[in-house]
Amino acid sequence: MLATYDVTKTDKRFIGAHILVAVIALSIGSLFGPLQAFQFSGVDLYPYLQPVFKSYYQGLTIHGVLNALVWTTFFITGFFTLTTILGFKRGLRYPKLNRVGFWTMVAGLVMAAIPILLDEATVLYTFYPPLQANWAFYTGLTLVVVGSWIEGYGFFFTYRAWRKENPDTRTPFIAFGGLVTMAMWQFATLGIAVEILTMLLPWSLGLIEGTDPQLARTYFWFTGHPLVYFWLLPAYVSWYGMLPKQAGGKLFSDSLARLAMWLFLLLSVPLGFHHQFVDPGIPAGWKYIHAVLTYSVFLPSMLTAFTVIASLERAARKRGGRGLFGWVRALPWSNGSVAAQLLAGILFMFGGIGGLTNASYNVNLVIHNTTWVPGHFHLTVASAATLSFMGISYWLVPWITGKPLWKPRLAVIQTWTWFIGMLIFSNAMHVLGLLGAPRRTPLGVAPYVSEEWSGHLLRVGLGGAILFVSAVMFVWIVARTTWGKERLGANEEIEVPIAESEQDPQLTPLWLDRWVPWIVGTVLLILVAYGPQLIDQIANIDLGSGQAPSIRPW
Amino acid sequence: MSAPNDAKRTLHIDPYEKNWMRISIILVIVFAAAVTVAGFALGFQVPSPEERVDPNNLTGPWENPGLRELSPGVYELYVIGNATTWQFEPRDVEIPVDSTVTIYVTSRDIQHGFKLQDTNINMQILPGQVSKLTHVFEEAGEYPYICTEYCGVGHAAMFGNLTVVEK
Repeated sequence: MLATYDVTKTDKRFIGAHILVAVIALSIGSLFGPLQAFQFSGVDLYPYLQPVFKSYYQGLTIHGVLNALVWTTFFITGFFTLTTILGFKRGLRYPKLNRVGFWTMVAGLVMAAIPILLDEATVLYTFYPPLQANWAFYTGLTLVVVGSWIEGYGFFFTYRAWRKENPDTRTPFIAFGGLVTMAMWQFATLGIAVEILTMLLPWSLGLIEGTDPQLARTYFWFTGHPLVYFWLLPAYVSWYGMLPKQAGGKLFSDSLARLAMWLFLLLSVPLGFHHQFVDPGIPAGWKYIHAVLTYSVFLPSMLTAFTVIASLERAARKRGGRGLFGWVRALPWSNGSVAAQLLAGILFMFGGIGGLTNASYNVNLVIHNTTWVPGHFHLTVASAATLSFMGISYWLVPWITGKPLWKPRLAVIQTWTWFIGMLIFSNAMHVLGLLGAPRRTPLGVAPYVSEEWSGHLLRVGLGGAILFVSAVMFVWIVARTTWGKERLGANEEIEVPIAESEQDPQLTPLWLDRWVPWIVGTVLLILVAYGPQLIDQIANIDLGSGQAPSIRPW
Repeated sequence: MSAPNDAKRTLHIDPYEKNWMRISIILVIVFAAAVTVAGFALGFQVPSPEERVDPNNLTGPWENPGLRELSPGVYELYVIGNATTWQFEPRDVEIPVDSTVTIYVTSRDIQHGFKLQDTNINMQILPGQVSKLTHVFEEAGEYPYICTEYCGVGHAAMFGNLTVVEK
């Protein structure tokens, strides 16, 4: 068997640096969440933030960029550094390379943050042209993406080194999951990279006259949908490869877990038009094809649901759980890390159902650009991903710092408040969307708000308040753990939960541990699903149509 | 570790899981069939490329946006989004009940959205592009159209009103 690897202090500090930046981003970004939610319910606090923060929209930009892009990207790269090291039981092949990646991301973050805070980039996290941000915003975002690529290369080189040392062994699942996610990310981010480098950045520097807004949206959503899987897959890695161990069981099916990961690589990218069903410049036929492709990505999600729940059920029955559903109570709910991930999974079931609705071609017309959509993605990125990351933090931070988790029972309360707050918030947002309330809009001042909406607007505020309390608890627990005086004893050291598989991974078919066919398939599918439209839109590019407005609109 | 017997290296799938996947695949097929029938047989369609225009020089019908009657009960409505005034041009439209209206929208400047409440009309408005959808108004009443894409500080106030009146 493999030799054991002693994680070094440097490794832990490096992972910890990622988590630190992530949690700081979450802390700041989450301050603005309730401001938006309260605005809906008629309590507008933005006037009191003048002149530091100029508008609801600036707050919304900060909330979106920090929570959806920064908290996630830093947490994910840090977490995958851990799964790479502990999966392969060896250090990073080129630790300096990963360091360069990390600091590139930090530099990009600072660079993008400055114009955002100065109200020079109040363009929301989709930055659709012809809204024009300061060039530093685009450069900063590019650097964050490039940094994440470099960290990905670091993982791939580590894999290659490990593969040379272990030619016949199946890639350990947690490391495998990280690698597949980072590979998917390399393909996915090509869209946004091309958008920024060929249009937005030269335009913001005055080198070209304008942009093509339709082509920009096509590039953006090439990245925008797989971005969702970049958020979700790390949670899946934990649900498959760690949570069963925390629950006292094993991974139910190693081979199907791998198959699901490969399917996500294959299917995450070529379906971005389902975000553009109402766009004028894309033929309905292509939108339809992407709708069908989006349905196909439902299948690996269903595989995941089965495998994760089966793993948990077997763990619970081993702990004495009985009954068709009664076993659920036998899971270790008193463990905040477990509770967080279980509740994240429950919220994600609703998120998945809503996601199918969004993907459903003409059904999308009912909810497109309404509050239904943020209601939906608060169940995915802000629950399935974020609440899982919070749960992971409850063992990760003690493991990094060598200090016991501060008030473990408070951690359980924190996860439940997130769950309850999110149920209220998200349900209200979905209902409002069905009633026609537009997203990205301070509904507290909108003249067209109807009587029927008011009760739900209040519930948005209530949910937001509960979520805010929960976020504060999370940050407080992490901070008190990190800066606590108490240290873990020599024999109390935190063990990273790595689940064994019920079936010997060596029996997993070889084709589930080979990269070439899956990469080739991914490239081909992208070419087929995107190639003709990209060629058409690029051939008919009209940079004159997307010029910056003469007066800044915010 | 010795290499395991190749014969044992098969994709083992639990019988319950096989059924679960069968159900999932059937569900997806049912959903796909539903949107296909609704879209291509019943005519619930999403926008498709219509026309490219120059947002700095909107000509033809765009010079006088608003309602035009093509034949009795059949109308076309041209609407322009504007992020200087944060208004739709026009702001108020009145049509008789049972009218068929084809709505064309574009922008003078940045992106907007056009969502006509209580209908399936929902379009992204892009400068340089024309979005188009058609609706038959069978019930009298007020149908606000709301800007659903962030377009600057005045975005929340950007809306118009389509009134369907009894004949």
